[in-house]
Amino acid sequence: MTAPDQVTCTIDGVEVAVPKGTAIIRAAEEVGIMIPRFCDHPLLQPVAACRQCLVDVASPAGPEGKLRAFPKPQPACAMTVTPGMVVSTQVTSPAAKEAQEQVAELILINHPLDCPVCDKGGECPLQNQAMATGRAASRFTEPKNTFRKPLALTPQILLDRERCVLCQRCTRFAMQIPGDPFIALQMRGANQQIGRFDPATLGFAVPPDELADQSLSDPVTPDGEPFAGYFAGNIIQICPVGALTSAAYRFRARPFDLVSTESVAEHDANGSTIRVDYRRGTVLRRLSGNDPVVNQEWISDKDRFGFRWQTASDRLTTPLLRRGGELVPASWSAALAAAAEALGQAAAVGVLPGGRLTLEDALAYEQFTRRVLKSGNVDFRARPANGEEAAFLAHQVAGTGLGVTFEELVNAPAVLFAGFDPEDEGGILYLRLRAAKTPVRALAPFTSRAIRRLGGTVHQVAPGQEAAFLDKMAQDPATEATAGTVIVVGQRLVHSPGGFSAALAAAKKHDAKLVWIPRRAGERAALEAGLLPGLLPGGRFDQAGSAGLDVNQMIEAAAAGKLDALVLGGLEVSDLPDPELAAKAFGKAKVVALNVRREEVSPYADVVLPVAPPQEKAGTYINWEGRPRPFPQVLKSAGLSDAAVLRALAAKLGFELTLAEPGQGQSALADLADLAEPSVRCPAPKQAPGPAPVLAEDEVLLSTWHQLVDDAAGLADEPRLAASAPAPVVRLAPDTAAGLGLTQGELVSVATSRGRIVLPSVIDPDMLEGVVHLPAKSPGSWVLSSLGAASGAVVKLALAASGTEEGEK
Amino acid sequence: MSQKKRTLDAARKDKGFLASGLAPWAGFGVTLRTFFEKPVTEQYPFKGKYPPPFPRYHGRHQLNRYPDGLEKCVGCELCAWACPADAIFVEAAPNTADQRFSAGERYGRVYQINYLRCIFCGMCIEACPTRALTMTTFFELAAQQRADMIFTKDQLLAPLEEGQLAAPHPMVEGLTAGDYYAGRVIGPTPAQAKWVEQHRPVDPAASSPGPAATKGGPA
Repeated sequence: MTAPDQVTCTIDGVEVAVPKGTAIIRAAEEVGIMIPRFCDHPLLQPVAACRQCLVDVASPAGPEGKLRAFPKPQPACAMTVTPGMVVSTQVTSPAAKEAQEQVAELILINHPLDCPVCDKGGECPLQNQAMATGRAASRFTEPKNTFRKPLALTPQILLDRERCVLCQRCTRFAMQIPGDPFIALQMRGANQQIGRFDPATLGFAVPPDELADQSLSDPVTPDGEPFAGYFAGNIIQICPVGALTSAAYRFRARPFDLVSTESVAEHDANGSTIRVDYRRGTVLRRLSGNDPVVNQEWISDKDRFGFRWQTASDRLTTPLLRRGGELVPASWSAALAAAAEALGQAAAVGVLPGGRLTLEDALAYEQFTRRVLKSGNVDFRARPANGEEAAFLAHQVAGTGLGVTFEELVNAPAVLFAGFDPEDEGGILYLRLRAAKTPVRALAPFTSRAIRRLGGTVHQVAPGQEAAFLDKMAQDPATEATAGTVIVVGQRLVHSPGGFSAALAAAKKHDAKLVWIPRRAGERAALEAGLLPGLLPGGRFDQAGSAGLDVNQMIEAAAAGKLDALVLGGLEVSDLPDPELAAKAFGKAKVVALNVRREEVSPYADVVLPVAPPQEKAGTYINWEGRPRPFPQVLKSAGLSDAAVLRALAAKLGFELTLAEPGQGQSALADLADLAEPSVRCPAPKQAPGPAPVLAEDEVLLSTWHQLVDDAAGLADEPRLAASAPAPVVRLAPDTAAGLGLTQGELVSVATSRGRIVLPSVIDPDMLEGVVHLPAKSPGSWVLSSLGAASGAVVKLALAASGTEEGEK
Repeated sequence: MSQKKRTLDAARKDKGFLASGLAPWAGFGVTLRTFFEKPVTEQYPFKGKYPPPFPRYHGRHQLNRYPDGLEKCVGCELCAWACPADAIFVEAAPNTADQRFSAGERYGRVYQINYLRCIFCGMCIEACPTRALTMTTFFELAAQQRADMIFTKDQLLAPLEEGQLAAPHPMVEGLTAGDYYAGRVIGPTPAQAKWVEQHRPVDPAASSPGPAATKGGPA
């Protein structure tokens, strides 16, 4: 017997029960019959564009339910299974076989025979299916359609139109998944082709061949939005022929050269599954893995294209030691001895491991700090942070295991974002939300691109005033409508004092779930490992020990000469709360840095110890859900993980660290939790929201966050990806612009006493008055470095005198 | 007593005593006779030239050129794919306006054949879609060092024939990779020659046979 929502049908004589609404092609997969297809993709709506999946179908009809065959073969991807349906695929039906062969022949009429030079050759569904279910020879001898090629769709995606079989996977992806319709079908009949939206093409004033020469001079729309979005790279992977290729990978290898390893992306806190393909020790490309519970089959362009930082030219291969003011290459033994001497002599030491650690490395840092250095001064937050956030994380997040999952979040009745943009700071989370049509609300000064495409609503809140909104929400009586809401808090909530306390109160009042989503891949793992002052592994609260200093206090103390030595992991000075003070602090203290490349902190270091990038070590990330994401070592390498380097350093100091096996961090953490006393949790933070700032005549509030693709250290050595980023602009309200006498596109200066940033302006009618928005770390707009200010700060706004002045970095 | 022995005894009796007594020494007559003949010993490899036994002998490979000097290899790696001994290594790269080595978009930037592995089966030749890779009849493959047995692209490329221009240089004006493949190119055009002159004023490879001829040309 079948369940009520199951339908039974017969495919090639095999009876199968599938959920109602299943397409024939999926039901056939269930019984192991592969129907050839191009346009069909499980995550896209069916379109039946390629007609390759034709099968013979008969279904019961009439009062007696007599089996009646369809007069013609039907597309298996677009027809759902009905009770009692009898399907004959190419395996059993000569008519279906004939139909599929003829469709394949038709598709190949205009397909060039350039498989030897095509990147897809060897992993090409068209090649495979033409061999498996096509004719051996074509009857067409006429010349094929040719187009000039390749056409650049974005700086990193190239289109060879003559190879295209018009399956529309790419256009449907762009429309249905991220909602960035940057390509579409154009022209008709034999001239039909995929093209970009641009005036020349849409006007059809130019013959199609002339269009081939368009170089992508301006990949950005006038209001600064990325032309193709952050997820365009996925169309390369889903293209069933070689029509869409990656400019970075083009002609670099053939599929049979590549060794593929499943891994986890290191650029954000989602822990997306990726496939890393390398040849002879060089990673050539990364593809999305298939993980239905996390990233499905999509990844962001940052995860796809941003991997060359790991092998950048400034990659460290030997330790560096400061001799006579200069950093010079040194032997491991000399460098470790120097580092051990600096740390051994120091009376007070601080540790800033950075937010990109694997769980295993984080556990090693924890042991190294508390057992070897006997210090409580450790903070993984190499970014603006406050004590309230630390208390919130220790109270609410640390040691809670798998909390709100992707599944729960996207199926929630409502999601409220505070200090978090679901696309720029959420990456692939945005795609999951959009696919699930989750109702979202955001606390923001304007409707960001993500919220607009998610169809969400914005509660217009000035930056820094999120706490007041959440506090008000916590005072409101809970209603049915708000039950089950998920409140997402991001790391930007630190700019609104009292925000985390208010979020906790609001969640409690409304019976809402609360989830913290950081930007960096390693922050959750570091939190689990106890890399916060007063927090032990597994979320235990250190009642006895002195709390230790957090990142702000450590930098202040070091700048005041109260910390003698600092151990720094992979972090950027320009990301720290006050880059100027941090530079001073690093200049004063003895600094031991564990860096992959010559990074921003390397120049301040007295000893630099090289560590392996993620692709050269195994480990475990913990994503924002709390889900362990173990990954294997991709490349053979002589590089040492942070944990191995710390063990060597601890040995020099006379201690032995017990390291977790790479990839076994989770069980090591569980062992630590088992040993522990009954856990005591950190009390919840209780801080009242701060008052709204009072603005003078020419002053406005600064709103800023990181764009997904920007000047991040992880995107080094990838100019094509950088070129696909949205252009940095100053976004301001019409009234604010009118007050300045500013027209759209004019240069405007945003200044503090520290410095200023000059960028073109975009007037956004939706913007809250008295607020300007800047990208946090895009070219020409390094907000923390240039302004020494962050979101919620008061800045001076003025017309830039002339176009010649440049924003300072 | 076997049948054979009896026949031999019979033969001795037929020849008589003297003849059968000298018979073992008769073979030395052959030796004596060849003392006065011209020797057939060949002083290989110091003297003379030795063509291989057959014109279709599977010898060293050659990467061919189109008549204007552009390389036929497109770096598709099908030869490497077909090779049962994994002797071939290829890495492709895109042609650019300034650096065009082959017709079309792609060329073989790195091309190596390891002759310690090659079994001269000719599968690579069958696999080659542009007839860039063929085999010569050259068979004298030996070296003192293992590394010297890995032949690189400059060793495998066909020597420039009279009038051919060494790559890189542009394609013949107005022709496509398809035209090259169809054999519509018969030699370099003045525009190509001018381009080479402008971009490589002093290039011995432009007019005379290049470094391709340095290691063991075809016999």
